[in-house]
Amino acid sequence: MSDLDRRDVLKLLAASAALATGACSGPPEEKIVPFARAPEMAIPGKPLFYATSVSSRGYGMGVLVETNEGRPTKVEGNPLHPASLGSTDPFTQAAVLQLWDPARSQTVLHEGQVATWPQFLAAMEARLTELERARGAGLALLTGTVCSPSLQWQLTQLRERYPEARWYQYDPLHADNELRGGELAFGRAIDTRYRLDRVQTLLTLDADFLSCEPYSVRYARDFAGRRNPDRGAMSRVYTVESSPGLIGAKADHRVALPPSRIEQLVLHLARALGVETPYEGDSPEPRFSAALLEDLRRSPGAALILPGRALPPQIHALVHMLNHRLGGAGTTFEHIEPVAFMPTPQLESIRALSESISAGEVRMLAMLEGNPAYDAPADLDFSSRLRSVPETVHVSLYVDETSANCRWHVPRTHEFEAWSDLRGFDGTLGIVQPVIAPLYGGHSVHEVLNVLLRSSTNSGYQTVRAHWQRTFNHGGDDEQWRKALRDGIVANTAATPVTVSPRPPSTGFTPAKAESLAAIFTADSSLLDGRFANNVWLQELPRPMSKLTWDNAAYVSPRTAARLGVATGDEIELQRGQRAVRAGVWILPTHADDCITLPLGYGRTHAGPAGSGVGFDAYRLRTADSPWVADIRVRRTGEHRWLVSTQHHARMEGREIVRTATAEEFARDPHFATTEKKERVPEHTLYPDYPHDSYQWGMVIDLNACIGCNACTIACQAENNIPVVGKEEVDRGREMHWIRIDRYYSQDSGRLDTDFQPVPCMHCERAPCELVCPVEATTHDSQGLNLQVYNRCIGTRFCSNNCPYKVRRFNFLQYSNESSEPLKALQNPDVTVRQRGVMEKCTYCVQRIQRGRIEAQELGRRIADGEVVTACQAVCPTQAITFGDLNDSHSLVRKLKSSPRNYSLLAELNTRPRTTYLAQVRNVRTES
Amino acid sequence: MAEQPSATTTAPGEVTLPSGYTYTSVTDKIANIVLTRRSRWPWFLTFSIALVCMLAFFLACGVLFIVGPGIWGINIPVAWGYAIGNFVWWIGIGHAGTFISAILLLLRQKWRTSINRFAEAMTLFAAGIAGIFPILHLGRPWFFYWLVPYPDAMSLWPQWRSPLVWDFFAISTYLTVSLVFWYMGLIPDLATLRDRAKTRTQQLIYGLFALGWRGEARHWARHQSAYLLMAGLATPLVVSVHSVVSLDFAIGNTPGYHSTIFPPYFVAGALFSGFAMVLTLAIPLRHFFGLHEFITMRHLENCAKVLLATGWFVAYGYLSETFMAYYSNDPFEIYMVQNRMTGPYAPVYWALITCNVLAPQIMWWRAARRSVPVLFVLSLVVNMGMWMERFLIVVSSLHRDFLPSAWGLFIPTRWDWIHLLGSIGMFVVLFMLFIRFLPAISIAEIREMLHEEKSS
Repeated sequence: MSDLDRRDVLKLLAASAALATGACSGPPEEKIVPFARAPEMAIPGKPLFYATSVSSRGYGMGVLVETNEGRPTKVEGNPLHPASLGSTDPFTQAAVLQLWDPARSQTVLHEGQVATWPQFLAAMEARLTELERARGAGLALLTGTVCSPSLQWQLTQLRERYPEARWYQYDPLHADNELRGGELAFGRAIDTRYRLDRVQTLLTLDADFLSCEPYSVRYARDFAGRRNPDRGAMSRVYTVESSPGLIGAKADHRVALPPSRIEQLVLHLARALGVETPYEGDSPEPRFSAALLEDLRRSPGAALILPGRALPPQIHALVHMLNHRLGGAGTTFEHIEPVAFMPTPQLESIRALSESISAGEVRMLAMLEGNPAYDAPADLDFSSRLRSVPETVHVSLYVDETSANCRWHVPRTHEFEAWSDLRGFDGTLGIVQPVIAPLYGGHSVHEVLNVLLRSSTNSGYQTVRAHWQRTFNHGGDDEQWRKALRDGIVANTAATPVTVSPRPPSTGFTPAKAESLAAIFTADSSLLDGRFANNVWLQELPRPMSKLTWDNAAYVSPRTAARLGVATGDEIELQRGQRAVRAGVWILPTHADDCITLPLGYGRTHAGPAGSGVGFDAYRLRTADSPWVADIRVRRTGEHRWLVSTQHHARMEGREIVRTATAEEFARDPHFATTEKKERVPEHTLYPDYPHDSYQWGMVIDLNACIGCNACTIACQAENNIPVVGKEEVDRGREMHWIRIDRYYSQDSGRLDTDFQPVPCMHCERAPCELVCPVEATTHDSQGLNLQVYNRCIGTRFCSNNCPYKVRRFNFLQYSNESSEPLKALQNPDVTVRQRGVMEKCTYCVQRIQRGRIEAQELGRRIADGEVVTACQAVCPTQAITFGDLNDSHSLVRKLKSSPRNYSLLAELNTRPRTTYLAQVRNVRTES
Repeated sequence: MAEQPSATTTAPGEVTLPSGYTYTSVTDKIANIVLTRRSRWPWFLTFSIALVCMLAFFLACGVLFIVGPGIWGINIPVAWGYAIGNFVWWIGIGHAGTFISAILLLLRQKWRTSINRFAEAMTLFAAGIAGIFPILHLGRPWFFYWLVPYPDAMSLWPQWRSPLVWDFFAISTYLTVSLVFWYMGLIPDLATLRDRAKTRTQQLIYGLFALGWRGEARHWARHQSAYLLMAGLATPLVVSVHSVVSLDFAIGNTPGYHSTIFPPYFVAGALFSGFAMVLTLAIPLRHFFGLHEFITMRHLENCAKVLLATGWFVAYGYLSETFMAYYSNDPFEIYMVQNRMTGPYAPVYWALITCNVLAPQIMWWRAARRSVPVLFVLSLVVNMGMWMERFLIVVSSLHRDFLPSAWGLFIPTRWDWIHLLGSIGMFVVLFMLFIRFLPAISIAEIREMLHEEKSS
């Protein structure tokens, strides 16, 4: 037993509980009896973890869902799942709030009126009999990207049953260019998996792979593994981008170029690497290109070029060619058969659907996912076309824009409420199992498809299970199924690499003309494509670069802003042909000139109480012919937009806050962060030292690893019942996040670098806050923690004034929701819900420390290293945060504290912080 | 220390009473304001306006208790705002009274006699209002008593290292001593009012509070020694209370708070604003109640001189703060000073320099010192300047401290303003009632002075 870690124990718990409760699709429906004999392993007060998967735009992301007395309260990554490795992105953290969201659709609607599921079944029955007679002609189905084998199986059955039926796919953040690029290069659809842990020289072309992608978490982990100078040579990252992305902030060399110039740079690069291209000109950034070329050539087999989804298919094909030339096939990347079922260029798919609606060919349209009335290309005018279809069914979590234009709306179950299965970005299969009975009586996509199939089975469980039996069950025994549920993945289902070689690129390609002003449509770091618009955690999460909350803005560079004569907060009108949208301007110093970034997902009209009317709707400018980049005209309106951000000052004012060196400087002086006068720590202190005999907790945050993705902030929010305060309160400076990510711009030898710094409570050993509290509501404990005793706090706020890190948060008003029952059920029962008038702050997840301590005490031993994991640490995709016992001489945190890069923030104040930082090293090329 | 009688005005030992007054006429003049004089429209007008302000204050307090301190503009980083600024300002105003009564009494400055009573009342009201603010300021004001070291069931005590606990004691002590001192001085006058009362109710109430004073020689002897002892007790409090208030800031590590000069600097500022408030009150009082003969030009001029002197202490404080920032070579301190002078709150800084340092310099001219309108306007300017100083110390130090990422701005809301103006209204209401129900000038002490004058 001793080699089991906490995770294993919990997984065993989860599995046993899953067995004990049968299929755990909910409580028994017929009989309600008290727990005269409690289900085995369900110990009140002890959380149970269930392994499942959530969908990241169709692809699976393995998670463990923590449930307390049957209530899902927190999501952790599944360490066994290749897309997670134990971490998640912010969206997955917020999934649990989406589950409990009281604004979710709670009933079937017919023509906007409340209807029942039997009524829906009856209506479908009539319609389907008719359709079946016509061999399915007139039946259209719309889904997103399908990576669920069970759904795939159902779709195949559907085709058999209705041979004339049509299936369309649309995801507004589609990967059409990648797909078609692959087809150009290899003659067929192919997926490419990158192995960033093997890349020495990386070039990213407008590809922010660190956020918003199904593979972001995994790639971030792989990427960070090559970025630790204590562990050996760092990789070198070159980034070319238009909109500032997370990878741009981490890059060693970065240039900001408008989209058309990025193409020129690639074409020039290709020619320099010996591939024929139609572009004859020079590189738009000659110095950058020269250095890059040299590095690419110097690392054969370890160089990689990552193209972004906005680049045209020809460029993707070209990059495939280049990557093969650079010798990375099989090491830095590998090709696999497409994970998605029948990948199709989705823009063409949605266009075909609109056209066949217009042609009157569609008798019935069932939309199993998505919100095309809101996010389909604006020129298709999808919402009004929808109304001309005789029968429309929309299955969705919310009564959204599409539901409003449909005859039938069916509430969809949340992923935590239904059975399904999903393949991750690398093909690994995971079972999606429900962790709670449907809260609002929804129906899963599988159930609705079963209705369309007129199948005798109608439960999602039966479908998923039947598909499983067909695929995996050879001996008829359930052991493998149980193991799949327990692990959250089905072992050895990752796609095997295929060997293909790219064809020479076509020469008929003409590079894009330079736009005078290009609009760039991007996924939003908080709302993605708009599907999270009603998620208040995500709405209030500061956007990584701008620190904006509750809004999107038209991001521009300072020079372009000057050209347009606008400043941050000014309103502009963006015009494309007949379409016009008004937006607020936000200046980002690292943005490329001559282009404007327009994050998608805002300006919703039917998102729910929190999401409707927030920001502007960039989809209204996005047409089918130019989904990512479009020529645009801009006009000042003279009005202002109320834009609210959480950080108002971006420079460090010469203070040693984020300490950075180049790799060369680091090699010369590994202790650069603490040498010279940077660390003037006073030696004396008025009060005697505290004895710490048992444990002494401490944290190290590696600034080199932090990618600023915000996952820690939202994980902390979920774990610690942190309330959301709303736009007005954020504007007043009252956001409640216990861990914030500071973003600074630093000018270093001509480069403008973006630095991220997560700032939780420092748990100072000489805490200034403890000294000034008149009622001892904030105190020091025997394990070195700086505690906040909520029920003793009277709210003088002196502690916050005296905190040099300003990490304390005050309940100026009654912020935590006391009225909504679902939101009460979401709360972590181990953490006090704070009242108005009380100070709060990061506790190092003291409830988790307590849990670990109790478990260790029961076994009569000390807490082992790695047993207590804080929420921010657990979620961090790059493992930038390490927490542990400083009294344990073998603990990882202690090892990291002895890194030469370790330094304390504001050490000169003699606060002796327990949270320290590992200074940042940029692997900048030295000109020789 | 303040009185520097020059040869041109009055000689040392000269008393300030006009000739022709008898014991009776003194008593009549002062007691009749309370007993017989009917209130006129200026009193009613002022009182009504102040009453409205006071009711607004109560309303704002109600909203504050129901909704929370979020109705103010405070935030993180500026977690303290007007409430603390108002508190320090009012406590400062509450200084001059005790200073005039106790210290000048001990220094045998006879000219204090005409102004000490209402100055003490001012002290009491100001300190009382000041005492409300720290409670309003709390996130959970209903638990304010946790600052008191009472034996509770869980053996919880205040945290003695916190200056807020010291503050609690300093203020409550100061309030108690001021009240007792003021009341003790009132006893002979209350007896006078009792004896001259026109109605039974007046007689009963004044009689009750006069504690059976019969004016016996033994009464006088004990009263005098007790009064002197109280003065002795009150004297260190003048220095201690504001020193302790200043420690609320000086103990903190925020640049702009963390400064050893704060105790003397705060005491000087307190006297400065206190004397300004004495002038603000004395000038209308003598004008509307015809007390020119008791509160003479000489009183006003002496106050003006104190204002000039304490103004320089305050100016020295500003200078030394700036100097020390650069002398320490601490980048945070240097930035704080620069930010004060050029940052978002720079207009407030320069306004306060104008009000507190430049404006009082006209007091070097005798003509200005003897011009009642100039003095009145100046006293208001100084009061405003001192409020801005409190605001600046509290807010501008906090809004940009160590980590630029956490910098913010404080923008007052309407409730901030209502609490400030309402507290002024409350002060005026209390003072107007005081004028109508108690002798604003000490009858007994004026009579004593008359006696000394006659016997000399």
